[in-house]
Amino acid sequence: MSAVSARGSAPGGTAADGRTLRRWLTPGAVVVALVVFAGFPVIITDPTATSIAVFTVIFMVATSAWNIFTGYSGYLALGHAVFFGTGGYAVALAAQDWHVQGGWAVFALLPFGGLVAAAIAIPIGLIALRTRRHTFVVVTIAIFFIFQLAAFNFGFTGGTSGLLLPLAPFSAANYNQPFYYVGLAVLIFTVAVSWTVRRSRFGLQLLAIRDDEDRALGLGVKVGRVKLAAFVLSALPVGMVGGLYVYFIGQIFPQFAFDPLFDVSIALMGFLGGLGTLIGPLLGALVLESLQQYFTLTFSGTGIYLIVYGILFLVVILLLPRGVVPSLSQLLASRRARAPDEAGEPLDPAVPTGVAGLLR
Amino acid sequence: MTGTDLLQAVIDGVLTGGVYALMAAGLSLIFGVMDIINIAQGAMVVLGGYLSYALSVHLGIGLLPGLLITIPALFLLGVVIEFGFMRRLREADRTAMSILVTFAVAILIEGILSAIFGIDYVQLHASYVDTSLHVFGFYLPYIYLIGFALAVALLIGLYYMLYRTKFGRAIRASLQNRSAADLIGINVNRTRTISVGIGVSLTAVGGMVFGATNAFNPNSGYDLISRLLAIVILGGLGSIGGAMAAAILMLVINDVVSIWSPTWAPLVFFVALVLVLSVRPQGLFGRSAVRAQ
Repeated sequence: MSAVSARGSAPGGTAADGRTLRRWLTPGAVVVALVVFAGFPVIITDPTATSIAVFTVIFMVATSAWNIFTGYSGYLALGHAVFFGTGGYAVALAAQDWHVQGGWAVFALLPFGGLVAAAIAIPIGLIALRTRRHTFVVVTIAIFFIFQLAAFNFGFTGGTSGLLLPLAPFSAANYNQPFYYVGLAVLIFTVAVSWTVRRSRFGLQLLAIRDDEDRALGLGVKVGRVKLAAFVLSALPVGMVGGLYVYFIGQIFPQFAFDPLFDVSIALMGFLGGLGTLIGPLLGALVLESLQQYFTLTFSGTGIYLIVYGILFLVVILLLPRGVVPSLSQLLASRRARAPDEAGEPLDPAVPTGVAGLLR
Repeated sequence: MTGTDLLQAVIDGVLTGGVYALMAAGLSLIFGVMDIINIAQGAMVVLGGYLSYALSVHLGIGLLPGLLITIPALFLLGVVIEFGFMRRLREADRTAMSILVTFAVAILIEGILSAIFGIDYVQLHASYVDTSLHVFGFYLPYIYLIGFALAVALLIGLYYMLYRTKFGRAIRASLQNRSAADLIGINVNRTRTISVGIGVSLTAVGGMVFGATNAFNPNSGYDLISRLLAIVILGGLGSIGGAMAAAILMLVINDVVSIWSPTWAPLVFFVALVLVLSVRPQGLFGRSAVRAQ
């Protein structure tokens, strides 16, 4: 967002002004976003709104973390609900077995949930990443169903009836706020990781794999190791918010810990915002998850909600296949690229002009 | 466990495997021609089941005559989806995007079905659903036999169409090389549309038999598609024969394991998938190289 406004304002002033502005706009936008996010539950205290905000922050973390693997490496993973559910069960079981009392102590278990999810991601990644592209997608889906089935059938998961989390002792009026701020902290951590990866040598290797894996291998990128590292890294925050989610709900069942809709939702959010960008997945999750929560509250019948969601999904994929952020920056880039042509370059006779040129 | 139990399980596995082979063949046909993985195939089977249900409960049309209506209806659905969504995907990332598009179609079908029929489980009934044939001490429910016979007949028909007709040659040509097929005058777009229609229409039969042998609700498609995906990946994506072999193999193993533990039997699919893929990433009968386009 910041990059877009910086480019937009550059032609107005001198080049030096534009550069100064650009240098300060990104940190400025970050500070503004932080203030808005931190201040939201202070200004809007309505429990319905803050509850929607908790879910939204959870999905912003999940989508952003998923993007670290799928967005940067180009491998479409549709099984991250495995890490969400694993993190949730890890936190629920740890709280139960270590007799953790409700309150802030449960939040301290979230990194543990993340680590368990990351540990589970290692064998999954070793198997799934042997395959490429579409087989990989199907393998991630298959592994997801293995976990769902296991959660239903193992004894220690409580089976269909699930597990209860310790009761959170927060006052009813401000019940959602602690969850929101913990979620926000995880979000800041995730975005920082994503930003660091994007600007690092590791991130460049991932992008090289996305563009042409065989050539990346030929150029000396250790593709297996790089893909696995990104896969594990992207599982960690998803496990953490999985724990946050089940503590917020107060219990955990196989149906919603391992929910196929979770996989599709974060994929849709990532696609809407723009895969492989830093802020695209954040924007996508911000818009879609808050809308989705609102729909769920408005249309309580599951059928209508699924129909609205399915249609929205199709429209996004067909109209904005590259996502909002890449489409916008492409638009701006093409506008700037067109500007010199208008300065009176000789017309190339091979290039069709007029309507034909526009249609090309 | 006795030898009879084992034999009964193998027979059951072969009979149900035939129906799964039919559904998986549709999935493999669509992938082969379009490079599209139809995640909605499971939801479409459930849709086929609900169509048969609505016809038999509300209009009094029996399950078998009802197929004359449900097969064309699902063929039309396949054509509409190919025309409306699949062909609009860009060639470069078509497979990945197709998974998302067809997932959305699956959600949409699930939503429409739960809005109309609710989420309670239903099952199809007919005289031949609730009775069995007794031969040599084995119980063979008629619906299993009918389903298997239908599946075999349709698979033979599919084979004949693919390998003995001009249209089948056009399908195989588009499957091997799209641009070359285009150059020798095959209408690739039309071929693809009809292939998707055929692949989807097979779910009408699958849905009828599935609905008669299992209780189902709008949500049942997920369980089904995960098994079908395991089957087509095991058989090698795009290989119709591989899908059929894998379907029968998996269902036999599934039914044999059920003798000991019915709850863990479905896990067989996924464990087998993971094991096979860690040795042979291209599946049992898959081509090792990616097809040149």
